[in-house]
Amino acid sequence: MSITSVDVDHDNLTMTLIADFDAPIDQVWELWSDPRKLERWWGPPGYPATVEKHDLTPGGEKLRGMWRVTAVDPPSSLEFIDAFADSEWAPIADMPTHTVRVELSEREGGTRMEMRSTFESPEDMEILVKMGMVEGLRGAAAQMDPLLA
Amino acid sequence: MVVDELADGTVDELFHALADPTRRDILRRCAAGEPSVSRLAQAYPMSFAAVQKHVAVLERAGLITKTRHGREQLVRTDGDAVVRARRALDELETIWRGRVDRMSSLLGKGAARQGKTSTKGRSG
Repeated sequence: MSITSVDVDHDNLTMTLIADFDAPIDQVWELWSDPRKLERWWGPPGYPATVEKHDLTPGGEKLRGMWRVTAVDPPSSLEFIDAFADSEWAPIADMPTHTVRVELSEREGGTRMEMRSTFESPEDMEILVKMGMVEGLRGAAAQMDPLLA
Repeated sequence: MVVDELADGTVDELFHALADPTRRDILRRCAAGEPSVSRLAQAYPMSFAAVQKHVAVLERAGLITKTRHGREQLVRTDGDAVVRARRALDELETIWRGRVDRMSSLLGKGAARQGKTSTKGRSG
């Protein structure tokens, strides 16, 4: 297990996760910055997030789920607003969003990753998590397809 | 919501239900209170029948329930807000645990540190 702690704050609608990896900070940063790597872990197995446009600069975007990058300082921090885009890659304006802040630091020869996810309201959180679960469920279903064919 | 509990048809219905802005708005209103279908209908520039249809889609997806109260049909989300928020955060934790596992695999064998794993929840 590489997760060191998960702290769920129900009052402030935040989740803080700390994970430690035995890998250099640059390699961990690449998991976030390289779209080919990102799409291999962000979505569940069988449902790779399709990363068509990925630009880790403020104002940069990753579409469907779309990231609006608000701050970036390679290789140690990244902050973005996770949003949704429609099938034409246009942002869905009233779709709930949440803010993700990632901090990487060198620690005992490895890398510590601290990720904080913040939501605007309980309703937004519910809708987003349900969308996230749906992605996961679709992934599970997609993996089953070849077995059932 | 547990992954295993949901059949494919339910997943499609859930996704379909959440993909529409009016339905998401109805969901928010129902999470905040327990409006009647007629009160909901007044909130949107569409016919009563159209709003009723949206409510029916949400109901089929299991996102809301309707109860009759006199002459009115009241619409509400399942469970109370605190319980639902807690459940959503738990599900989010599950999503992230999966992500970190995949990150570890990508970093290569041995990248995942052996160590104490603690989970603490805080609630108020």
